[in-house]
Amino acid sequence: MLIVNERPVPFREGMRMGDLVDEIKPQADVLLLNGMVVGRDALLQDGDICSLIHTGEIPSALEMENALEARHSPEVQEKLRKATVGIMGLGGLGSAAAVSLVKVGVGRLILADHDVVVLSNIHRQHYFIDQIGLRKTRALKETLVHINPFVAVETREVKLDSRLIREIFGRVDVLLECFDNPAMKAVALRTVLNHMPGIGYVGTSGLAGCASGNTILTRKIKPGIYIVGDDESDVRTSGSLLAPRVGIAAHHQANQAVRLLLGMDEP
Amino acid sequence: MQIICNGQRRELEEDTSLAMMLGILNLDPNTVVAEVNKKIIERDQYEDLRLRDGDRVELIRFVGGG
Repeated sequence: MLIVNERPVPFREGMRMGDLVDEIKPQADVLLLNGMVVGRDALLQDGDICSLIHTGEIPSALEMENALEARHSPEVQEKLRKATVGIMGLGGLGSAAAVSLVKVGVGRLILADHDVVVLSNIHRQHYFIDQIGLRKTRALKETLVHINPFVAVETREVKLDSRLIREIFGRVDVLLECFDNPAMKAVALRTVLNHMPGIGYVGTSGLAGCASGNTILTRKIKPGIYIVGDDESDVRTSGSLLAPRVGIAAHHQANQAVRLLLGMDEP
Repeated sequence: MQIICNGQRRELEEDTSLAMMLGILNLDPNTVVAEVNKKIIERDQYEDLRLRDGDRVELIRFVGGG
């Protein structure tokens, strides 16, 4: 058996790469045999892994799903595909967490922020210089759709408060708090604990500066409720926000979201 | 009177409000989530809520950055 573009294909003695191209994807212009670029005349062996690529072609939804299932298993992927994750704030935390969650195949994201991309965001947030001036919701959605056009990305250009958090995120599976402002972090956690029972939640506190990345932890506060950070590195006292350490925290958040979606309620 | 705050015993004057206790701890009340005897307190109650002897208080303080 061969694996061709993530799918099993019967092996025949004497098969060459060109045979696969003719049978499966005549428009392919880049051929990989076990990860190496080869030509049409490359001889195949049983068990080979082949990729037939048409440069620039966007894969189908099925091909993308197959690629994710091959890596994460169909059981894991089904749970992630059916999940909705909300993200409050699309700065250094929210933009990086969103990219990670789309890459892993979470099926639906709801993104909320009222800010515009400015030059001083680029050093740590997942935006590009040609997006300066766009709403962060729109800019990030463009990027996410570039990674996976089949994910459902909903955006809300609002300044969140307790009422809007309940309205917009009332039905998500997991909610990520990615605010910069510590008062809003507290508003969000109070809202979830008092008014949104049963949803998973991952907040943040303490991720500024460039202290050791090993001090950033995911702590369980209550069932389904987590806080990521070192609990003390304040942006007012620890210096600026630096992409690497904010990114560590963002990926702790994304990882805990995935764990919750897969039924693992431990840090 | 004595309360237990984040697992530690703490001596407070009678009739101390939650907001006053946060002031003593030098914490900005807006950045703190407070649970008193297993109940999450809404922010607009911090000034009115009087702590009582034996209360169990859990505080989560947030610092900025995101």
